[in-house]
Amino acid sequence: MYEQIKGLKELPVEEPLSPGHRLCPGCGASIVVRQVLLAAPKDTIVAEATGCLEVSTALYPYSAWNRPWIHSAFENAAAVASGIESGFKALARRGDAKEHPIIVFGGDGGTYDIGLQALSGAIERGHRFLYVCYDNEAYMNTGIQRSGGTPLGAWTTTTQVGSARAGKREAKKDLMSIVVAHNVPYAATASISHWRDLMTKVRKALSKEGPTFLHVMAPCTRGWRFDSEKTIRMSRLAVETRFFPLYEVDDGVYKITFPVTSPKPVEEYLKLQGRYSHLFQPQNAAELETIKKGVDDNYRRLERLSQFTSQLNVPKTP
Amino acid sequence: MSLQSLRVAALQGDEAVAEAVRQSDVDVVAAYPITPQTIIVEKLAEYVANGKLRGEFIPVESEHSAMSACVGASVTGARVFTATSSQGLAYMHEMLYNVSGMRLPIVMAVANRALSAPLVLNADHSDMMGSRDCGWIQLYAENVEEIYDRTIQLFKLSEDPRVMLPAALNFEGFILSHDKERVRLLEDEPIRRFLQRPRPKHHLDPDEPLTFGAIATPDTYYEFRMQQTEAMKAALRVFDEVEMEFESFSGRRYGAVDAYNTDKADVVMVINGSAAGTMRAAARELNTAGENVGVLAVKLYRPFPLEQVVSHLAQAKAVITMDRSISPGAPSGPVSEDVKSAMQLAGLSMPVLSVVYGIGGRDLAIEDGKNIFGLAKEGSSFGSSTLMYGVKV
Repeated sequence: MYEQIKGLKELPVEEPLSPGHRLCPGCGASIVVRQVLLAAPKDTIVAEATGCLEVSTALYPYSAWNRPWIHSAFENAAAVASGIESGFKALARRGDAKEHPIIVFGGDGGTYDIGLQALSGAIERGHRFLYVCYDNEAYMNTGIQRSGGTPLGAWTTTTQVGSARAGKREAKKDLMSIVVAHNVPYAATASISHWRDLMTKVRKALSKEGPTFLHVMAPCTRGWRFDSEKTIRMSRLAVETRFFPLYEVDDGVYKITFPVTSPKPVEEYLKLQGRYSHLFQPQNAAELETIKKGVDDNYRRLERLSQFTSQLNVPKTP
Repeated sequence: MSLQSLRVAALQGDEAVAEAVRQSDVDVVAAYPITPQTIIVEKLAEYVANGKLRGEFIPVESEHSAMSACVGASVTGARVFTATSSQGLAYMHEMLYNVSGMRLPIVMAVANRALSAPLVLNADHSDMMGSRDCGWIQLYAENVEEIYDRTIQLFKLSEDPRVMLPAALNFEGFILSHDKERVRLLEDEPIRRFLQRPRPKHHLDPDEPLTFGAIATPDTYYEFRMQQTEAMKAALRVFDEVEMEFESFSGRRYGAVDAYNTDKADVVMVINGSAAGTMRAAARELNTAGENVGVLAVKLYRPFPLEQVVSHLAQAKAVITMDRSISPGAPSGPVSEDVKSAMQLAGLSMPVLSVVYGIGGRDLAIEDGKNIFGLAKEGSSFGSSTLMYGVKV
């Protein structure tokens, strides 16, 4: 069981991630962390993959973390979490420690790409932890290189816009489907603009016995090329244009948790970001249409999955 | 001295490791199968299934994740073990540095096997030597009973607050991992007393949240590495204490080095691993026939017992170094380089014959040992490049 969050006043005043860290003004990742950890119990253990969040919050001899925290390497955060879970389990059995909730933070590079194997292994083995992918859609820490999470058409420093090519040629990897294919008890997308939805999903995920997954959009002012005060607006537009639908897969049942009945034009979201500016030149009109069609197709796919799975007597994950 | 009653068993090297791990009351084992280490993993899974080991067994999806899961388990303060070999050790190479840098007392068994390509299943030391500088304590066992004893000892050494470094127990794949030998097993209770559980001072604890794995700068990184180096020095001292305490209930002691006839020999051969026993047999036969040769087995390779090594070489007129790994393009193999640099520091200048042997599991027999001592006696090979003994030309 878990408690729904109704209002801001319920939230603890305490900051799990102290101010004074070195993340950029308007960084989506720090807001993701704040919202996730404020929804989680205070005895939560945090594990993290290498990335912006890690290098900016734990610069020796300082640390912004008011939680027990470990960073080991880029590709192994889920494997480390499986070890933490097993360690506490074994210690609890001898009465030497209690078990604690475990939350992992990994960027899109550390989750979609280099850490995918470790994630797959850990969730297949059924360790109890919540993996949060804060997705800023490129390797921002090393200077905006494309990842498997970079969307179609986006400029990055390794998907340049030139006379022969215009941004990333491949579609964004459907990470949620990959995770869901492991039959995890709970997986969801979330956005920092819809904080109550996000926090409820965190609580729901932590209430599950096994591995759970949260895919959160984390706008990056540097990589996406927008002004730092627009982070939440960017997140909201991603949802309201259906570019990033909010949904959950709860024991196999899909549900769009924030239905967008009359979506705003996708252009409203894309136009605010410098990484997409080339799409509005006449020679890239077809590309823009492909992106829009992809957004539409994806939302309809989710609607159908929701209809389909709600009618099924889906067996609960063991 | 009243010794504990002993159970005598015929065990393969891998089985001896698993039995020692069970008796060491390990909390978490995370491992991935690789020949010739697999028996260890299977055996431990069996112990867990039968309730003989109360810990958690994590059947990870790769060696990289094996060591990563060990990291996570170790920072909770649990006692952690893994085992690997060859490609597996290479695959977790990155994590080896991570573990020693975070000062996590993880113990690992390495059933040494040569590296691909071409793929070969048999022994040499190039897997561990490839990770030689990873900041782990490295020990080379010579027989199955030593494998058993050392596994237990390494938990004690590694977890000592003055040390807090991970430790790798090396033994050659198949030659030792699959060889069935007589082992005098110890009782559980004295091992449990020997390995009292000190939950490390620093661990993940919500009441006292600590940050593990921070990022450093050129201003701070060097000092972290310096502390590791100091801990290695401490490990050399603590190693003696551990051996002494282990001897008190087992009656068994090996030393950081094992010396045969080094105090009077004309030629001393320095070697590590299982071939040391074969070379001792060769030396004995030669000495019976009127020669005067000795063998120094270097068991503890990191920290390198420099003073002990040179003290056993001081009397010799010539030295032979034996490497079971190749460093292409280097003047000689890693054991040879270490011995020569130790000699130089001690002001010893006798000639050294650097030999590479046993690559990819090629056998080294007693006759081979006699041949090598013979070459040293002739003196013709000294000063030239490394002798690749036993290679087909």
